[in-house]
Parts: sequence; C-alpha cells; structure tokens
Amino acid sequence: MSATANKKAGFGSVLWDYLTTVDHKKIAILYLFGGFFFFILGGLEAMLVRIQLIQPDNNFVSAQFYNELMTMHGTTMIFLAAMPLLFALMNIAMPLQIGARDVAFPFVNALGFWLFLVGGIVVNISWFTGGAPDAGWTAYTPLSIFSESHGLDYYSIGLQIAGFGTLMGGINFLVTVITMRTPGMTMMRMPLFSWTTFIASVLILFAFPALTVGLFLLTFDRLFGANFFDPSMGGNVIIWEHLFWIFGHPEVYILILPAFGVFSEVISTFSKKRLFGYSSMVFATVLIAFLGFMVWAHHMFTVGLGPIANSIFAIATMAIAVPTGIKIFNWLFTMWGGTLRFNSPMLFALGFIPSFTIGGMTGVMLGAAAADFQYHDTYFVVAHFHYVIVGGTVFGIFAGLIYWWPKMFGKVLNETMNHWFFWLFFIGFHLTFFLQHFLGLMGMPRRYWVFLEGQGLDLFNLISTIGAFFMAAGTILFIYNMIWTALKAPQAPADPWDGRTLEWAIASPPPFYNFKQLPLVRGLDPLWIEKTEGNGKMQPAEPLGDVHMPNNSFIPFVMSVGLGIAGIGIIYQVDNPMWWIVAAIGFIIFFGSMAVRSLKDDLGYHIHKEDFEKEGDGSNG
Amino acid sequence: MKGLTSKFKAVGALMTLALILSGCGEEFLSALRPQGQGASDILSLMILSIAVMMFVFVVVMVIYVFVILKFRQKKGQEDFIPEQVEGSHTLETLWTVVPIFLILILAVPTVQYTFSLVDTSPQVSAEGEEDQIWINVTGKQYWWHFEYDGMDVTTSQELYIPTDRRVFLSLHSEDVIHSFWVPTLQGKIDVNPTGNRNEIWIDAEKEGVYWGKCAEFCGPSHSLMDFKVVAVSPGEFEQWVKDMRNIDPEATPESEVAAAGQEVFANNCMSCHANGTSPNKIGPNVSNFGDRERIAGVLEYNKENLIEWIETKGKDMKPGNLMTSAAYDLSDEELEQVAEYLMSLSPSEITPENANDNEYIESDLSDLFVDEEKDESSQEKSEEESEEDSEEDSDSN
Amino acid sequence: MADELLKSTNLPHDPERATLEGKNKFLGFWFFLGGETVLFASLFGTYLALKNSHLDGVPASELYGLGLVFIMTMILLTSSLTSVYAIYHMKNNDHKKMMLWLGITVLLGFSFLGLEVYEFYHYVNDYGHGFTTSAFSSAFYALVGFHGAHVAFGLGWFILLMVRNRKRGINLYNAPKFYIASLYWHFIDVVWVFIFTVVYLMGVVG
Repeated sequence: MSATANKKAGFGSVLWDYLTTVDHKKIAILYLFGGFFFFILGGLEAMLVRIQLIQPDNNFVSAQFYNELMTMHGTTMIFLAAMPLLFALMNIAMPLQIGARDVAFPFVNALGFWLFLVGGIVVNISWFTGGAPDAGWTAYTPLSIFSESHGLDYYSIGLQIAGFGTLMGGINFLVTVITMRTPGMTMMRMPLFSWTTFIASVLILFAFPALTVGLFLLTFDRLFGANFFDPSMGGNVIIWEHLFWIFGHPEVYILILPAFGVFSEVISTFSKKRLFGYSSMVFATVLIAFLGFMVWAHHMFTVGLGPIANSIFAIATMAIAVPTGIKIFNWLFTMWGGTLRFNSPMLFALGFIPSFTIGGMTGVMLGAAAADFQYHDTYFVVAHFHYVIVGGTVFGIFAGLIYWWPKMFGKVLNETMNHWFFWLFFIGFHLTFFLQHFLGLMGMPRRYWVFLEGQGLDLFNLISTIGAFFMAAGTILFIYNMIWTALKAPQAPADPWDGRTLEWAIASPPPFYNFKQLPLVRGLDPLWIEKTEGNGKMQPAEPLGDVHMPNNSFIPFVMSVGLGIAGIGIIYQVDNPMWWIVAAIGFIIFFGSMAVRSLKDDLGYHIHKEDFEKEGDGSNG
Repeated sequence: MKGLTSKFKAVGALMTLALILSGCGEEFLSALRPQGQGASDILSLMILSIAVMMFVFVVVMVIYVFVILKFRQKKGQEDFIPEQVEGSHTLETLWTVVPIFLILILAVPTVQYTFSLVDTSPQVSAEGEEDQIWINVTGKQYWWHFEYDGMDVTTSQELYIPTDRRVFLSLHSEDVIHSFWVPTLQGKIDVNPTGNRNEIWIDAEKEGVYWGKCAEFCGPSHSLMDFKVVAVSPGEFEQWVKDMRNIDPEATPESEVAAAGQEVFANNCMSCHANGTSPNKIGPNVSNFGDRERIAGVLEYNKENLIEWIETKGKDMKPGNLMTSAAYDLSDEELEQVAEYLMSLSPSEITPENANDNEYIESDLSDLFVDEEKDESSQEKSEEESEEDSEEDSDSN
Repeated sequence: MADELLKSTNLPHDPERATLEGKNKFLGFWFFLGGETVLFASLFGTYLALKNSHLDGVPASELYGLGLVFIMTMILLTSSLTSVYAIYHMKNNDHKKMMLWLGITVLLGFSFLGLEVYEFYHYVNDYGHGFTTSAFSSAFYALVGFHGAHVAFGLGWFILLMVRNRKRGINLYNAPKFYIASLYWHFIDVVWVFIFTVVYLMGVVG
C-alpha cells in the first residue's frame, strides 16, 4: 500500500481511490471540489438575482423563479458551499497542526463528506423535477408547508442528509482534537485555527440537532399529514422560527469562527510575530460560542415575543461585540511591530478587517431591538450578513485555501493572479453590498422580486448589480488560476510561507501517513521555536516504529447513496405509494451497509518501520 | 470651556450625520425621513448607534492604516525577526472595558424604546385618558384589510388615519406570515396566523400619503403587497369615518354604464368583494375604490389597468394572487361596465388628495366615540360577539 | 499486532478504553449523546408548545393511562440495570454471562416496544387519536415515537453485536462496541424518564 500509493495511476484507479479514501487530506480535496462546485452554483443564482434587480419593474425572471433562485442561493451558499469549504480547510490543516496522523474516525470523516454531497445533490435535483424550494432559505412556515411543488420536500430531505454529515464531521473533529494531539501539544499550545475548529465543532454538535428536528417536523407536515405548523389544525408557526434560529444563529458562528482561525494563522505568519494575546483569543472564541447560543431570538424581534424578551436578547446580542472586538484589536496588535509581507492570503486578511468591522458594527445596530423594527427583513440585513459572511467567512476561506493550497496539492497558486482576484473581489464586494445598507433604510424589504419605479431605489440597485459582476470576474480568475497552477506551477517547498506551525514541518503535499515520527512540541508555534532556537526541524517524540493506518472503504459512499435513494422515495410516496419500494431499497442499502460495516472486522494495517527506512530520510515527518 | 466645545463638536457631528442620512430616499418611503414619532424615535437610536460605531471604526482604521504603512517589510529586511510579543494586559483590558461602556450607552435607550414602541396603553393627558382608535389589520396574500373597531368602518389597501394622534393596530394574518411596515411612520411588526395578535401604534405628524410594505416573505407577489397610509387632519378623518359608515351599497350610480356595472359586480364579484361595511374579506373591500391611489396596491390607477386586471384576474400583474381561482368570465362590455362602476365608488369627500392639500381641520374626534357611549348596550353586545369570535379564532388556532 | 486486538486473554480492567480507537469511540459517543440531548430537548419543546392544541380530539388528561405506562417505565428501567450487569461481566471478561444479560436486556426492550405499540394502537382505535388528528397528536407521536424508534434501533444494534460475537470472546476490538451500545441504552432510558414525567405525569395532572 505505502509503495503503490505514490505511483502514477490511471483515471479509474484515482476515481476508486477517492471514492474509498479515508485519508483526511484527500477528503479535504473532496470537500474543496464539492464545496466549490456549489459555490459556483450559488454564485450563478446570485448573478441572476442581481440582474433581475438591475432596474425597476424588471421582468428578467418570473416571480416564482426569482423566489426559487434566492432560496437556493441562500441554502446553497450556507449549507453546501461555506460549510464544506470550511470543512476542507479543517480537514487539511487541523490534523497536521496538532501533529496527528489522521482524524479520530477516518471512516466517519468519509461518511460525512459523502452524506454532504448526496444531500446537496438531492436539494439541487429539485431544479429538474418541477421547481426548486421557494420559501426562502429560512423556509418559514406556514409558507413552506403551503408551497405546492416538491421543492421544499427536496429542501427538507436534502438538508437533513447533509446535516447528518456535518454533525458527524463535528463529532469527529472534537474527538480528534481531544485525543490525537502529539506529545507536548497541550490545548493552550494549539494553533488558533485548531482551536476554532474545535469550538465550531462544539457549536455544530449542539446546534444541528435543532435543525434536524425542525426539518423532521417540516417533512412530517408536508409528507405525512402532521399538523405542527398548520394554523387550521392547531399548529404553531412560531415553533419553526425558534427551532430554525436555535440552529441558525450558532450556524453563523460555525461559519465565522474557523475564518477567524484562518486569519489568526495568516496574520501571525505574514507578520512574523506570534499571535498577540493568544489566551485572550482563545477565551474570546469560547465566549462568542457560548453567547452564540443565547441570542437566537434577535432574528425574531418583530415576531411579537414582547419587549421583555426582546430587551434581554438585544443586550445578549450586543455583548457579543466585546469578544469580537478583542479579536480585532489582537489582530491589529499582532501586526504592530512585525514585518508585514503582503502575500495574497495576507491581502484577504487585511481586506477582512475593515469589512468585518463594518459587518460587526451593523450587527450591534441590528441588535438594538427597537431599531431592528426598521432594519428587520430589509436590504440593511442583507447588507449586514453579506458583510459578515462574505467579508468574514468567504475572505477567510479564500485566505485559507491559498495559504494551505500547497499542503493540498503541492503547488503554490500564482500570486499575481491572486492579487488581481483579491482586488476584483474586494472592490466588487463593497460595491455590491455597501449601498444595500441604505437601500434597506430607504424602504426596500429583502426578497423583493421587483421594486417599483419612483421610489428612489434605482441607482443603488444598479450599482449593486455592477459590483456583483466584479465579484464574478474575480471568481472566474481564481478558477483559471487553479487550472493554471495545476498545469504549470512548479512543485512547492515544504514551507513556502515561512510558517510557524506543524503543518509546515512536513512535505507539500504531506505523505499519506503525515508524520513518520510524531513531532515533539515545545511551545506555541512549534516550528517557529525550532527555527529560532533549534535546527529548524521538529524533534521526534517517539522512536521510528510501525505506523497503524486505517483501511480504505467503499461503504461510506454506498451508505450515502442509499440514504439519498431513500429520501427520493419518501418525497414521491405521496404521489404514488409504489415509491415506498424505492424508499425501502434505499433504506436496505443504507442499513445493510451499516450492518456490513459493524459485522466485518476492520483492523487497519501497519506501515512497517523497514519500509520507512527504505524510503530514506527525507524531511522529518 | 474645552469640554464645552468638544460637546458642541459631538453634537455637530451627530447633526451632520443626521443631515446626510435624511438626504436618503423618498419622503413617503424612507425610514431616514421620519414623519411620525415611532420612526423619529428609531432614527434617533440609529444615529446614536451609528455615532458610537463610527467611533470604534475610526479607532480601528487609524491603527490599521498606521500598522500597514509603518510595519511593511522593507527591502533588505527579509531576515529581520521582530520581537515575539505575547500580549499586554493593559491593552487587552482596555479594549475589553471600553466596548462594554459603549454598549451600555447603547443598551439604555434601546431597552427604553423597545418598550415604548409597542406600548399600546392609552395616552394620558391633562384631560384624562385619550379615547383609542383601534384598527384590526388583516394581512392576506397579497393585500391588506382594515376594520375600524367600534366605528363600523371597513376598508382595504388604504388605511386612513388622523394626524397628531396615535392609532392602535391589532394585526392578524389569514394565511402565511406577513409583516406590516410603514417605514416613515413606525418600525415593522409581524402579522402572524397563529398565536397572539400583535399590537402596535402608529402616528403621523403631518398629512400625507405614506407607503407601506409587506416585509415578511409571503410568496411570489411578496414584493407587490404594497399599501398606503393616508394621514388626514382630524376633522377630515372624522368626516371620512362618517361618510364611510353611511355607505349604501345598493345606491344606484349616476352613470348608466356604472349602473350596469353594479349589476355585473353583484352577480360575479360580491361573493368575495364587499362594498360597505360587510364583514366579507375573502377579497379586498371596494367601498372607496374610486379614491384609490393604486390598483391592487401597486399598479397605476387608470381604467386600462383595471380592465386588464379584472380580465386576467391579475395573473401576471400579481403572480400567485388568489383571484385567479375566481370562476367569472366577463365580456368586454361587462368589463368596461364593472370598471366604470368601481371607479365611481367614492362615498366620501375625503380622499388622498386631502392628505396633500395643507388644509387642516381641527377636531378632537369626540364625536366618533360619543356613539359608543350612547348605544352602549348594543355596542357591548357586538363587542361580546366579537370577543367570542376572537376566542373561537384562538381556539381553532 | 492485529492479533493482539482480537485476543481475549489478559484483558485490562477497562477493555473499552484500552486502545486509542476505543478511547475515541467512547469519547465520540458521549459527544453524540450530547447532540441527541438537544434533539430530544427540541422535541420536548415542540410537544410542550402544542400539548393543548388538541382541537376536538381527546385532551392529554383523558388520554393517558398511567398504569400501562408505569409498567413500561419499570421494564425499561430494569433493562438499563441488566445492561449494567452485562458490562460488568464484560469488564470481568466473562463472555457467557455478558451474553446472558444482554439477552435479558433485549427481551425487556422488546416487551417495552410491544407495549408501546399496543399503547399507540389503543389510542388510535379507542380514542381516534391518530398522528394527523391535531397538532397535539402529531407532537405526541413525534416525541414518543422518536424515542420508540431509538429503542428499536438499540435492539437491532444489540442483536447484531450478539450475533457477530456469539462465538468469540471479549477483546479489545469489540469491547468498545458493547460498551457504547450499552451507553446508548442508558441514554434512551434517561430520555424515557423525562417522557414519563413531562408527557404522562404532567399530562394526567393537567
């Protein structure tokens, strides 16, 4: 196995390798391509939305199609693009940063990816089967239970499947961080990206089950005649809003915390300084996560929960600004006194600071419950969350992708193209979204298919659409860069950025076992310590010995496909009971392969120490 | 002295900010150009929060720009290794404590307004408790219905209110969730199909026609669910109420075409659309259709649009609207007649024009509430009935 | 080394946590149960919000028969105890006794499930209290049914483990599997205690 893995292989065997892989680095690549595919899809949907809003009373798309577009844009970007792209970063970087040979549950890791992919595909099949979901990504009831096409069935079942995948990924990362750290890597020596992965995983663990329940109830209402949200049958539509936001608000922090982690790594590396106030950064992360669970009702200020509840949630919301502010200033002072290099990951980090500060400011403004009566459900909110999610999460994803690209593919992306990409995207982003703050206050609610003439909304909408084209151009350039780099760029060195953490101590891309000998960590930024105080190489924490590796498995793929088939069967059994057969087949595949997994002993295999010796010294790893 | 100037500067900055913002948007639609106390209160809170946030932003940006300019790697410095600073307790405490104070500054007025904006208890003046005008608002896909509680007045799409006085709304939806928003007058409040009815007040400080919007996504024509608030002086409002409660739906219009249209209307439209104070609200009430500012809330008010609407049942003019399921099939002549009839419905002298004519008629509106006390017995009875109704409502919900 | 994992001799006292894989499973499963707690909490919340929305149907206070539910509770609590015995014998490397107690656990589980099915059947037929009757009935079956589905899944899991390991002893590879299965069983039991209190007792009282 160890010998064959590095040989040139045909397309078939590469495909089979990726279908069965349990290697966190390959799963990261899978997440990257899966997530990026959906990112493009969501981007196209956004472009159509913006073109529709280029002028008043436009008729570029129909009202129904517009609603499907904006629903799928939100759903795709949050669940199927941002989450998996972050998972790609977590998968590639976190195990390396803590000096692990793999994650705690390699099998579950693969299962998580395939569930996400199948879930995402299920949601998108709806485009071809009579209409995509059309009730907004929040799918507020009872609009979502009255919606006539099967779109929302695809939404609830697809997200359910993808959600299972995410939940498993979260548990996997939690256990990995707790049990798989290399000797000397204490919790308080962990790189901040690993910390934020850990905390985001805690959020996933406690937030996603609320969505699971919400989606189950929605499915039951739509497909099995239940009455949770049906006003005429005693249902209560507000339950959905609570369940959705109990999940939905922590979700925001699931998206932003890992991005914070990326920026902490990038800013520290490219300033050649250790992170300013490391422990307060960790503390702030934990505090944000903790508060993140107590503010969900700030999405519901106008629902009529009463002034007491609104005031409490308002103050809790504003309180989150404090740990976030701590982080911003810590980043600024990490740069203070350093020597800054403006490589493209650093550009994204520098672009992030003002953008996210604006997003945070409008966040506090939105938290003021009384004022939210005006902001709520207008373009002000649209502007706000794009400043947070694009200015924070997406910038973070791009910074992280460029930063860790050599660890994934062994090549550094072209810097010139990345600079162009950054400026196009950055300028386009502000053009698109800054004026939307004002559009909202000038009386434009969100999710509007058309705006009427003579309301003074024309100019800002036009500018916003122009900005969107800049962002699209930037993204296309980035895709070109990916291809160009794959074909033309030279092999990257192990440590192209003068890094500080463990992932830069091993080759780019790392061997499939990561570390030949687990490294001994002597403090925060372990590689930097060895660079300044040692010989620049990590010292081993163990003698050279056999390394235990997990076996590849096809089962995660089969299980996920089975669940997808079952889902489709469930959706259509309302039309024709024969579809129950399809559902049954799906479930048999799912539970059958689950049973095979537990019945068959899977003990993994060992790379023997003699094989390592044959390979020669190489860089330490 | 110095303290005073800096205070002036701060106030000046706030005023400038307010001035810049007030240039944004149209007078009838923009939340930045408030025409009522609710929106004014909120705007003052917005300006305070923007000011506080701008302070933070400026501090961040000054450090940011300084750091980028000062600490960029210079030529020949590639091997320089900066001091590896762990942190600073003083600084870290500073940027923990200062934001807490800033947030406290914001939190106090926030809580205050959060309570006052939805406080629907009667206004108390020197003369005692003011009589409250309560209006039951119903949101439906994709139009609005208004019933003036205790005044026996019903209308749709255009809400008439008196200026200089709070009007209290009790909101409920008959299908999906909507949200009632008149940006120039007050913040929005959701219109829910289940649970408690939401209550809020609005007021207009001067006459005008203010645009209202549905702010909660409610289906294909969510963006076309507009309505208007027509604020007229109290005397004109009083006149309007009196006219509206005395509508005779049977009265024959003057023109012959319209009279024929009345017949067509009675045969084809009456099952959903009421004229007068009938409680029928399957479709919008047409009592004062002749005075409307817009057709269906969004279309320009003219006969062509109206005929097209009736003929196509608004299929493309307001996609997803429920009139498309109506069974009628009218000839061109009948369409013409119905349109004529509807446009002739103008039971009151008070129309949106009165909201723009600067004529101000005083009234304390006591006449409107006298009736209530006069036939207290019958009123009470009807109230009881309506209470029963609402109880049934809440039961079935 | 692989043989080491499958040997049933010289087991340490905590065979379920003796290997890294075992430790990971142990920890991961605890986290999973944390997520499950949120799942059931959401269902409880939904049930509480809707429990008075019975429309024309039978209200909770007239529906529930505490006698049957009490017996079900006792059965499930006992099965939790018997699974503790099974794990106790696992730690003592006594394969036979572990299997015996697991068997008893499974039997008790099945009788619980059987009674639950009877209970639902009774509600539907004698009270017209079906899944689609009202918001209350939907919420009731969703909560209690989710728990029932967990019980069924747990039973399948136990049986699969017993069948697979009937001929081989306890070892470092399968000990964690037995252990987390029993952990799951305890969790289901705890959830039922809450269902008994929140749904049935509070339902009957008012």
